[in-house]
Amino acid sequence: MTRRAWAVRAARDVRLGVKNLLLHKLRSLLTTLGLVFGVGSVIAMLAIGEGASAEAIAQIRRLGSRNVLLRAVKPAADQNANSGHARLSVYGLLYEDAARIGETIPGVVRAVPAKQFEQTGRLRGRELEMRIVGTTADWFDLVRRPLVAGRVLTEADEAARAHVAVLTEWGARRLLATEHALGETLTLGGNAYEVVGVVRSEEGDGRGMQAPDARTDAYVPLSTARERHGDVFAKRTQGANVREQVQLHQILVETADEALVEPAARAIERALETFHKKKDYEVAVPLALLRQAQATRRTFSIVLGAIAGISLLVGGIGIMNIMLATVTERTREIGIRRAIGARRSQIVAQFLVEALVLSAAGGAIGIGVGLAIPRLVTLFSGMPTVVRAWSLLLAFGISVGTGVAFGLYPAVRASRLDPIEALRHE
Amino acid sequence: MAFPAVEFTDLTKVYEMGAERVHALRGVSARFEQGSFWAIMGASGSGKSTLLSILGCLDRPTSGTYRLGGEDVSRLGDDALSDIRLRHLGFVFQSFNLVPQLTVAENIALPLYYQGVPERESAARAAEFAAVVGLEGRLGHRPSQLSGGQQQRAAIARALATDPTVILADEPTGNLDTATSVEIMKLFRSLHERGKTIVMVTHEPDIAGWAERRLVLRDGLVKEAT
Repeated sequence: MTRRAWAVRAARDVRLGVKNLLLHKLRSLLTTLGLVFGVGSVIAMLAIGEGASAEAIAQIRRLGSRNVLLRAVKPAADQNANSGHARLSVYGLLYEDAARIGETIPGVVRAVPAKQFEQTGRLRGRELEMRIVGTTADWFDLVRRPLVAGRVLTEADEAARAHVAVLTEWGARRLLATEHALGETLTLGGNAYEVVGVVRSEEGDGRGMQAPDARTDAYVPLSTARERHGDVFAKRTQGANVREQVQLHQILVETADEALVEPAARAIERALETFHKKKDYEVAVPLALLRQAQATRRTFSIVLGAIAGISLLVGGIGIMNIMLATVTERTREIGIRRAIGARRSQIVAQFLVEALVLSAAGGAIGIGVGLAIPRLVTLFSGMPTVVRAWSLLLAFGISVGTGVAFGLYPAVRASRLDPIEALRHE
Repeated sequence: MAFPAVEFTDLTKVYEMGAERVHALRGVSARFEQGSFWAIMGASGSGKSTLLSILGCLDRPTSGTYRLGGEDVSRLGDDALSDIRLRHLGFVFQSFNLVPQLTVAENIALPLYYQGVPERESAARAAEFAAVVGLEGRLGHRPSQLSGGQQQRAAIARALATDPTVILADEPTGNLDTATSVEIMKLFRSLHERGKTIVMVTHEPDIAGWAERRLVLRDGLVKEAT
């Protein structure tokens, strides 16, 4: 048979199958529902999983895979002692820590200190709650953020304790609307700074506790921040005034190579243990977090695969069930076709095509459902979702495969009927 | 003509029913020449249904030979027997056996579909054979919309569609009233006159009277052949 003749014949068989299925519209629809929801949920869950992990991984990647992140953490004991009283608690990373790590830990290229605190920023009568980050020029290399206008902080600023500030684009826009920010005077807690640059703000929502940047940052030289704002900050938490003395809130450590990140992190941890009485710091390795996130994603995929397998199995059983019923119901027709001269293989093909049409229809509708669910999820919960093309193909392929696998037994059973017996069937 | 249409020699058929062995045919032989019209008669249990199944290539004899148009078909496999049915045999059943979800035209064209005849050609041939049996106005009807006589005409048209060597009819008037039975037998007679070989199983002497020859079975043996 030529390819064309084969295609014409196949098209005819499919048309015949569709016609037979349309004789029992409701039954066919109900049969496919199992696969519709199986396929739909697989695609939707994959999309939600992809969305969540893509966001997590992007966030971690932004922190740099060669970096180690040190953060000041208020020890638990201090937190309890403080409740209700306005007392000074002293904790956090030290100026010396930054210098020590930069100089003594093998593999470390540089350690960038940062002091972070909240202040109200004023510019031409506008006000904005800002996060002030006192840091050095290196910060901008590690956090890698494009410059929008002006310049970033320099070593000269640090040395001269210059009264200059770099704003994020978002913060600048909030304070200045459309006007040029450069050269304006920004007042932070009574201290005047000249705005010398604007950098692009990361479009993160700032939920991630690891994010070293925020949309309302004002970057000033660390030396200036130390001189003008000191190390003691008042914080209002849960109605109580809390005063804290913290030298450094963060140290960003860059290593020479990804392979050095983890040994360096362990060395830093040991060094900090020696010089800190309490554990008032936290060491985070973005690379490790990345690996963890990827492992989680893999586990998630496996669990998802198992669930998908079960739901498609259920759908397949539904198809097998209805095909067996169809075969019994059409025993006489099978007898007629066999008597007329249909081969066994042609009977198998006939019923297999019907199973295939059912499962392909279920798969196609399932893709529609699978595309709709993630959109609704994003619309109503704001959770990011990513539908990948391969997930559609995979789910559809498995659906059709299930249809064939579960349609095969009823089809073969139909073909094995004795034509004489089948013709007598009432 | 070189070969008789149907020739069988010493056919036996034994069914194993548990421990019991049932001898449905005990050695029957006959020759049906091409263009002849035979009636196979006999009481129930005489073996006539078994013989028809074997002649129709739906079953194989336990022993003996069966030649259809000169070809020995008594030992063929399932696919080969399917092909013989498709190319050389046309069936007409007591209960018509049309496929209920197909139209008259589609039912008539069904064997052509299995022969791989292109759709347009098979539709034309279905219309042609519908006209032969007087159903030209009913091509788009479903079997359930037809009377018994009309259904049997459609079944006969289907049996004719592939231009078979032999038409096998199993009690073709068993479900029809007398007047309709006469119409159907007239149709068979006209097919016979056009040179078709017809083998018809019946237990009614009236119906058998329309045939040219008779083969009477009793207890799995040929009682008489006239």
